[in-house]
Amino acid sequence: MKRRTMLFVPGNNPGMLISGPVLGADALIFDLEDAVAEAEKDAARLLVRNALKTLECGATERVVRINGVDTPHWRADVAAIVAKEAGAGAGTVLLPKCSTPADVALVAEALSAEEKRAGRADGEVRLLALLESALGIENAFAVATCSPRVSGLFLGAEDLSADLGAQRTLTGEEIAYARGRVVVAAKAARVDAIDTPFTVVDDLENLERDAQLGRRMGFDGKAVISPQHVRIVNRVYSPSDKEIAWAEKIRAAMQRATAEGKGAFSVDGSMVDGPIVKRALRILQTAGRLNQEADGLREE
Amino acid sequence: MREKTAATLRQAMEAAHLEDGMTISFHHHLRNGDFVLDMVLREAEAMGLKGLRVAASSVFPCHGRLARAAERGVVAGLDTNYMSGPVAAAVARGAFAEPVRFRTHGGRPRAIDAGELHIDAAFIAAPAVDPLGNLSGVEGPSACGSLGYAMADAAHADTVIAVTDHFLDHSPERISIDHGQVDVVVKVDRIGDPAGIVSGTTKVTRDPVGLVIAEYAARAIEAAGLLRDGFCFQTGAGGASLAAASFVRERMREQGVRGRFLLGGITGYFVDMLEEGLFEDIYDVQCFDLAAVRSIRENAHHHEISASDYASVGRKRCYVDDLGAVLLGATEIDLDFNVNVHTDSNGVIIGGSGGHSDAAAGAEMAIIVAPLLRARLPIVVDRVRTVSTPGRTVDALVTEYGAAVNPARPELAQRLRDFGLPVFEIAELRRKALAMAGEPVRAPQGEREVAVVEYRDGTIIDRIMA
Repeated sequence: MKRRTMLFVPGNNPGMLISGPVLGADALIFDLEDAVAEAEKDAARLLVRNALKTLECGATERVVRINGVDTPHWRADVAAIVAKEAGAGAGTVLLPKCSTPADVALVAEALSAEEKRAGRADGEVRLLALLESALGIENAFAVATCSPRVSGLFLGAEDLSADLGAQRTLTGEEIAYARGRVVVAAKAARVDAIDTPFTVVDDLENLERDAQLGRRMGFDGKAVISPQHVRIVNRVYSPSDKEIAWAEKIRAAMQRATAEGKGAFSVDGSMVDGPIVKRALRILQTAGRLNQEADGLREE
Repeated sequence: MREKTAATLRQAMEAAHLEDGMTISFHHHLRNGDFVLDMVLREAEAMGLKGLRVAASSVFPCHGRLARAAERGVVAGLDTNYMSGPVAAAVARGAFAEPVRFRTHGGRPRAIDAGELHIDAAFIAAPAVDPLGNLSGVEGPSACGSLGYAMADAAHADTVIAVTDHFLDHSPERISIDHGQVDVVVKVDRIGDPAGIVSGTTKVTRDPVGLVIAEYAARAIEAAGLLRDGFCFQTGAGGASLAAASFVRERMREQGVRGRFLLGGITGYFVDMLEEGLFEDIYDVQCFDLAAVRSIRENAHHHEISASDYASVGRKRCYVDDLGAVLLGATEIDLDFNVNVHTDSNGVIIGGSGGHSDAAAGAEMAIIVAPLLRARLPIVVDRVRTVSTPGRTVDALVTEYGAAVNPARPELAQRLRDFGLPVFEIAELRRKALAMAGEPVRAPQGEREVAVVEYRDGTIIDRIMA
């Protein structure tokens, strides 16, 4: 699944909810948490439920950021977005302020109960863990591996910086460790690593730099807080023509080797092994050039 | 020129021997900053004239006196290509004794050339007049650039009165209207406010949905195979049109394409594209901002053209016929691709064709760009309330969800699909909109005919009731 861009949409803004699916993001995050004032939580929940039911999202992933498990709202959020009244419902829940496997277990259990009530398969709704505390970052691998629902780790640098007593900068030195930790934990757990959003709406130059840094570090995609950012981040996280050409070459060599019954093979004088093939197929997948069955790449 | 200068506007009007029921004409190059139409009507009322017909190429919110003049019987009829503001409201109230005649920017000069629209006296707001009596649009404190819409009036009106606030002591490099066509010149304090000339915006929209539509529109042009050397292009002045132009500009740069001309109402954004070398020329029937005014004064490749040259079917050829692509707006579009730009969902007049149907008819690809929903209303309807531009001249609708292509152009639909654009039947787009917004209740239509819509060739294609 492509998660190059995960765009936050305020759950209390009908106009923005309706526009969401056409903005080009790989995933939409309907936000019930920070974007919504305390007094509007119930109204936003209804709006998001109806948006899930009504909007044609196509291949765009439908994510809902529920309220944290330390609030009185999260349980009703889970019920509303999984219920029959939500139509196809949420595909993924983004769990904010996730610090321990126990947080995940609590929400996973609630999801199971609501899936049963709605007649949906158990485990159908996936989880993304939003790590935005020092404890969450330290527990990254444990969180990523504690439930089969967890499909990715998501870095939230704003709250994290506050927790660390660090000062946010455009260049992000203060979150270098957290970024590295999240990527390593996610890759070790074979789930996605999603980078924190760049929060200065009009600074497109630094947005691009920030996105490039994340991609170089191994992130699979980036959260986005403005529709303006989608195009740039999609481009940064899309394979370049050169990368695609390289990946096509590896695939062709691999197919030849398989046909000839060879285990190991080389391309341009270098030996090609499993991780390289996997990287090549991942590039083709992101570029939308993969025939999943023929290429034998499983959804991860 | 001394012998044809009048001391006052009243003297100039008396020289035209104005009588009740005559037709007086105006151009709209000063747009929402025009003072001339109002000052002439004030004088006409003082002279006790009744039942005049006003032929103004467009009417703006600054023209409130026209509404009053209609209510007092000074003016009985209005012939125009576009209107907004208090006059539109007065039309709906039935203030004009006769139904308004809407024409197009090309249809108006055609009708004047053909003698169908006879003008007794043309009042031409002239930003500058030289010592010989030649009129210039590019100099003086009220410089507005092109005087393209006044040219047919100057050529055919029985009496041509130039109203200016600036006498030149030299002859300008560019003469908009030749002194041989001018009967009387009168100087007034001010003919307009240059700030009111600016139309639309010079900033590309930041509206994310507008940007999606703009990018799809630019890709549709590319998919159609039109982005090649010699490309001719026209678009409106709004932020969304500029966004589309900016995507077209990006593609032209990337592919090293050099276009032949930019056409229509001209903004600074088009001027930038000319100066960057992406297009050879600009053909300008009207300037939308002061950057365009500067360019038409200084750049030999920025040409002033008449409305006839721009879009009249009475000519053997006009510039719109060479357009590769034009991007146009819509208040509604129906399942047969008919477009309404005259009335809103309540049937209230909010605009007019302007050059809409002219450019649609001429261009190889006429693209309507509009959001699928506007203020909760689906843009695609079963049947438009007013037909401004016939569906047979519209090639595609581009929304934020994708495009719908006129079934008369199956090869175009295929090209767009092959290019990876989402293409739907127009009925499918309507269904999508209804699924989100529901079916709005239609405001009932009135029984009094307040305007007729004349197509560019002179046929009446619709009537507006209130």
